[in-house]
Amino acid sequence: MFGEGTAARGAAASIAGRFLAGFAKFVTAPRIEWRGVAPTARQRIYFANHSSNGDAVLIWASLPGAARRRARPVAAGDYWLTSKLRTFIGRDVFRAILIERRPDERTEDPLELIGEALTKGDSLILFPEGRRNDTEERLLPFKSGIYHLGQAHPGVELVPVWVANLNHVMPRGEVVPIPLICTVVFGAPIEAREGEEKDAFLERAREALLALAPEREGA
Amino acid sequence: MTTPPELFTLLLWLFGFLAVATLIGEGLARRISPDGTHPTIENLNARIRSWWNMVILIGLALLAGRTGIVVLAAICSFAALREFLTLTTKNRGDHWALVVAFFVVLPIQYVLIWLEWYGLYSIFIPVYGFLFLPIIAAFRGHSENFLHRISETQWALMVCVFCLSHLPALISLEIEGYEGRQIMLVAFLIVVVQMSDVLQYVWGKLLGRHKIAPSLSPSKTWEGFIGGILSSSLIGASLAWMTPFSALEAAALSLVITMMGFCGGLVMSAIKRDRGVKDWGHLIEGHGGFLDRLDSVIFAAPIFYHLVRFFY
Repeated sequence: MFGEGTAARGAAASIAGRFLAGFAKFVTAPRIEWRGVAPTARQRIYFANHSSNGDAVLIWASLPGAARRRARPVAAGDYWLTSKLRTFIGRDVFRAILIERRPDERTEDPLELIGEALTKGDSLILFPEGRRNDTEERLLPFKSGIYHLGQAHPGVELVPVWVANLNHVMPRGEVVPIPLICTVVFGAPIEAREGEEKDAFLERAREALLALAPEREGA
Repeated sequence: MTTPPELFTLLLWLFGFLAVATLIGEGLARRISPDGTHPTIENLNARIRSWWNMVILIGLALLAGRTGIVVLAAICSFAALREFLTLTTKNRGDHWALVVAFFVVLPIQYVLIWLEWYGLYSIFIPVYGFLFLPIIAAFRGHSENFLHRISETQWALMVCVFCLSHLPALISLEIEGYEGRQIMLVAFLIVVVQMSDVLQYVWGKLLGRHKIAPSLSPSKTWEGFIGGILSSSLIGASLAWMTPFSALEAAALSLVITMMGFCGGLVMSAIKRDRGVKDWGHLIEGHGGFLDRLDSVIFAAPIFYHLVRFFY
């Protein structure tokens, strides 16, 4: 009855999605600030800092309905495909684009998979640091994927999103979240310039994201 | 417990009062801020809109009786604690202590209130929370800022849960000749203290010149303080009909709780100032967070509770 692709599974995914978004909002009462861009359903790549497992869920929950239905997180397949429940949440609820992180296990090129989704018109939620940041640094150096996507899809807005305080709600290794107020700031989009050097672009994108960070933690 | 008839009278008065406030707010908006850009007027009207929601919500809880008020206070404590702990010193070692604070201590405190178990709810957080939360934190083995972390967590629980829970605890007070109507004490405390906040704001905006504590809060003035406290004590006296007090006693109690409310606002402002924020949260339009609205009630509730318990 809940086989892949069935209507029942789709309906269950839609209900689970509302529940998860509601739960994320109940725990974090997020202050959502559209600082540099309007909350429309335009095709975008939302790129964000990654300090907690819940980042993608909270950004996804912060988007208004139409934009949320369009947005697909890019996430690690080796995490989301390890159990039936995770597969259901990852694949069906978030419609995540699941990437294999270990190069030798790969059967498909991740950038190609993501590019396909963009060509179909999906928006992305992307963490260009490539892994969760557990260091004292506010933001790790960016991986180059976002540069190649920006160059290949110049019509898609690249919107920086800063998520503050979520790492305190659910630090690494914890399973029960503590309710604390989080802030999600959507900044002004940057564009990929034709012929721009990779490093210059990555630095520019990183600066645009850092500019949204609050001066002090927890605020 | 059946609903005391005084509650309906009070709610009618409050709706009338809000209707007048809405008319004045709209009138001011037409005259001073026709294009909707005057910050003070817009904030005033946002506050009045939120007041409608709050009065309706609190009114429904009062109509639902003891359980309604206990549940509403528990929800407010949850929201307040979430705001407070967002700003406190903490690290990974506090995770389980904080989980326990939210999901064990808070519910137990309100179950004790609901059970009217005075002997335990009056010491549960000051003794058991005080001893066991640091134990949980210590077992996690992080010593840096330990005293800061556990003190701030304890303070958060005292303010957001312990003190606030004295509001529904009023219902369990036994007063001769006042049986079945104790819920009106809850209404009395909320109305007088919140009215004092509103009137301090109004007097301050109209006449405010001399600041009381410019380094803590720029909006608190002597004119607002004195005008607000005296006029809300008069209102308290005029509400004596719904209490076991005489008009003079109601005025005296009002004076005490509005002073406590004012001081609560001052203390909480000092914390906000130190942590570099203007408001505790953002969920109540025009007011800020739950704690911005509750700070005065939090400081007034335990004192009011003890005064009434001792003298009546």
